[in-house]
Amino acid sequence: MIEEKFDAIVVGAGMAGNAAALTLAQRGLKVLQLERGEYSGSKNVQGAILYADMLEKLIPDFREDAPLERHLVEQRFWMMDDRSHTGLHYRSDDFNEEKPNRYTIIRAQFDKWFSQKVREAGATVLCETTVTELAQDAYGKVIGVRTDRADGEIHADVVVLAEGVNGLLGTRAGLRKRPTPDKVALAVKEMHFLPRETIEARFNLKGDEGMVIEAAGTISRGMTGMGFIYANKECISLGIGCLVADFQRTGETPYGLLDRFKRHPSVAPLIEGSEVKEYAAHLIPEGGFKAIPQLYGEGWVVVGDAAQLNNAIHREGSNLAMTSGRIAAEAIFQVKSRKDPMTAENLSLYKTMLDQSFVIKDLKKYKDMPALMHTQSQNFFLTYPELVSKAMQNFLRVDGTPKVEKEKTTFKSFIKARSWSGLFGDAFRLARAWR
Amino acid sequence: MSIEPSVRVEDKLFYNRYLVDAGRAHIKVRPHTTPSPELLSMLKACPARCYELNDKGQVEITVDGCIECGTCRVICEGSGDIEWSYPRGGYGVLFKFG
Repeated sequence: MIEEKFDAIVVGAGMAGNAAALTLAQRGLKVLQLERGEYSGSKNVQGAILYADMLEKLIPDFREDAPLERHLVEQRFWMMDDRSHTGLHYRSDDFNEEKPNRYTIIRAQFDKWFSQKVREAGATVLCETTVTELAQDAYGKVIGVRTDRADGEIHADVVVLAEGVNGLLGTRAGLRKRPTPDKVALAVKEMHFLPRETIEARFNLKGDEGMVIEAAGTISRGMTGMGFIYANKECISLGIGCLVADFQRTGETPYGLLDRFKRHPSVAPLIEGSEVKEYAAHLIPEGGFKAIPQLYGEGWVVVGDAAQLNNAIHREGSNLAMTSGRIAAEAIFQVKSRKDPMTAENLSLYKTMLDQSFVIKDLKKYKDMPALMHTQSQNFFLTYPELVSKAMQNFLRVDGTPKVEKEKTTFKSFIKARSWSGLFGDAFRLARAWR
Repeated sequence: MSIEPSVRVEDKLFYNRYLVDAGRAHIKVRPHTTPSPELLSMLKACPARCYELNDKGQVEITVDGCIECGTCRVICEGSGDIEWSYPRGGYGVLFKFG
């Protein structure tokens, strides 16, 4: 056993864990961070988009040395059927600003840099160490962790669980339930390398400008899912994710879905000639507000993906992770400053503070969206994209058909597919869930 | 309808770097005669195709190519079909990009 006792142990070195460890160390607490990878970042998988505002709160001058890929000047939303996509693109020169708002990043590289900041702030970071369970006293209070190292029990006043979406330790200790197949998505991703100039030419970018595509439609074969294409400096992150329950129900394979997405006529030219250098898979929390578990207890708090803090509608996760990690650390610092014990009652400050932040406010706003998207997946991901594609083609194709008849055809196709009540019902349910 | 070219996951996993913990599989399938529907679904749902059917119709796992996503835990741990842990510290998949 490591005799040394810490003020706090942080389990995991992803966005939430690094934010928590950094904040705790900056406030002068004695922090130990444990990470199972060979270095912080080597087990972490994300698209990935970095949101500057939340990182600035932790490291104001991060732009000076963080490994950033491209700042985003353009966002494309694609609604796809098998041969087409209908796009909504937003591009603005306003995004070419002194301190850009969003960047593409490569997580393994970014997290390594982030971890260096955590060490510089004074935290002890121990890699290649898997935490196997929480150490609890006779009353169930968490007093530390056990690891897979010899004599691996380590004690601390509080344990910050930043263990990622699987949340294994919390489940094993009975603090929360295992995620269920209808509350998590499985995403698979490849890294496609191309010369920098090729990427810039294909996506209409100059210098360090970046763009991302978020795509939905028949690519997910009627399942609740999304595809994405993110431009990095010299590679493209391309992936697709669907609910685990949908994979289970349909028998679709994740890699089959990925390859079909890559072969889509709108996607194939973008990655033509690329060299693939990595294939990764990761779970994403999709349950939203209603899936958030107990966030604190006797001697512990949970942050980031382990707390299911992910905004599936806006595709935001890492910023919720960073913010929850920072807020948990600030709450712990306040309890510590008052010389109070790390009881559930005192640590409830974390939840109070998180409730006041955008993290919980945003998730609350969309609390009904997951249920709607998950139960209506056939309509939202298959029927409507096909209808929209037909409508667009009918609108654009000039073939001598009078426009009045064209409009009638489009109108009828919608009624036939969903009926009047279906159309109004979908619109009403969507509006209500979005409100 | 065009014929789907078959996707070889093995080719995809070949891009990745692993440190295999020989003799210490981090996921174990409970011995069974007939696999449960949950376990059978892993033949397709596992993104690294670690699960395969043997000639007796039982589901087996080879964890060497595992990318540690947790999908099988979410589907199969509840029914007791598998025991799921992370690999020992430092072992398993080593992402260069992530």
